[in-house]
Amino acid sequence: MAELNVVLVAADRKVWSGAAREVSAPSADGQVGILAGHAPLLAVLRPGEVKVSTAQGTAVEARVTGGFVSVDSNLVTIVVDEISELSGREPALR
Amino acid sequence: MAGGSQRVYKQRIKSTQSLKKMFRAQELIAASRIGKARARTAAAAPYERAITRAVSAVATHSSTKHPLTSERTDTNRVAVLVISSDRGMAGAYSASIVREAEKLVAQLQGEGKEVELYAAGRRAISFYRYRGRPLAAEWSYGSDNPQSDVAAEIADTLLEAFLAPADEGGVAELHVVYTQFVNMVTQRPRVVRMLPLEVVEGIAVPGESDAMPLYDFEPSPEVVLDTLLPRYVRSRIFSFMLDAAASELAARQRAMHTATDNAEDLIRNYTRLANQARQADITQEISEIVSGADALAAS
Repeated sequence: MAELNVVLVAADRKVWSGAAREVSAPSADGQVGILAGHAPLLAVLRPGEVKVSTAQGTAVEARVTGGFVSVDSNLVTIVVDEISELSGREPALR
Repeated sequence: MAGGSQRVYKQRIKSTQSLKKMFRAQELIAASRIGKARARTAAAAPYERAITRAVSAVATHSSTKHPLTSERTDTNRVAVLVISSDRGMAGAYSASIVREAEKLVAQLQGEGKEVELYAAGRRAISFYRYRGRPLAAEWSYGSDNPQSDVAAEIADTLLEAFLAPADEGGVAELHVVYTQFVNMVTQRPRVVRMLPLEVVEGIAVPGESDAMPLYDFEPSPEVVLDTLLPRYVRSRIFSFMLDAAASELAARQRAMHTATDNAEDLIRNYTRLANQARQADITQEISEIVSGADALAAS
């Protein structure tokens, strides 16, 4: 199955990028789950938790204060104002 | 009397030497920080790119009118944001940014507009305060290391002014004057009209000739635009501030390098003069002694 290409950026840096199987983000009226092949989407995020299940089977979780997510031909861009907590980031990518 | 001039030269050499040490230190500090500043500019780029892309996606896909993108005709007040440095010792950096701002203000006033000044950085603030010009708002924010929350604060203040009704001090336009970092040798003062926003397709990611896909907007195009545009303004202002910071450091490094060179020249000159004075003193003393001895021998 095709993979998602995920980029997670904060206002002053790129936080994480890589391949993923699934992305879950807190959109304005509910949690939105994104799998490969998702229709182009531009959604506003409310404060909450962004979860990325990477292609390697690990999970990246980030608590965000708001932002937006755009999906376009398996390229997922998560743009957030601020990340207050981050876990599961592989050290190799830092 | 002659001994006096020797002392004066020595004093000057000493004070120039300590100045030189200061210049050198400033040069090194600026040089070490400039790399960091440029790295931060690069680090902020993905966010700006993503947001620009998203904004142009919304703009091409919905005919939604947003107050931030529409021209205002109900007031002739305009806002000018001047981004300068907090400290001097950067050569012509603050002078040229203020000059550019003054030119813009004169031009806007020539068009019959009323200019409201917003100043960031102590140099601009003190320039306008000294001349008794009122500032609508001012920020002294640590200009060589701008933070995104300060940028957000500046952007929010300006957005508020732009969205305010005319009788409550609303402004019809926002211009930003900042220094663009071209390379280490060239930094150019630049004027950008920030608001009302023009979402130009040209800023979208280049090399993308194919049409943008049809997006689903959640919850609605209006709300998405509502959250995107202020963020876009914030990110633009932040990137201006980062650019200005890199320019300031580059200007400071260059100015301090020149100052160090000048100090070295001065020290060399004064040393020469001091040596000359010492030699003259010695010659005079010898001739005094010799002529004194001659006089004694003759009597």
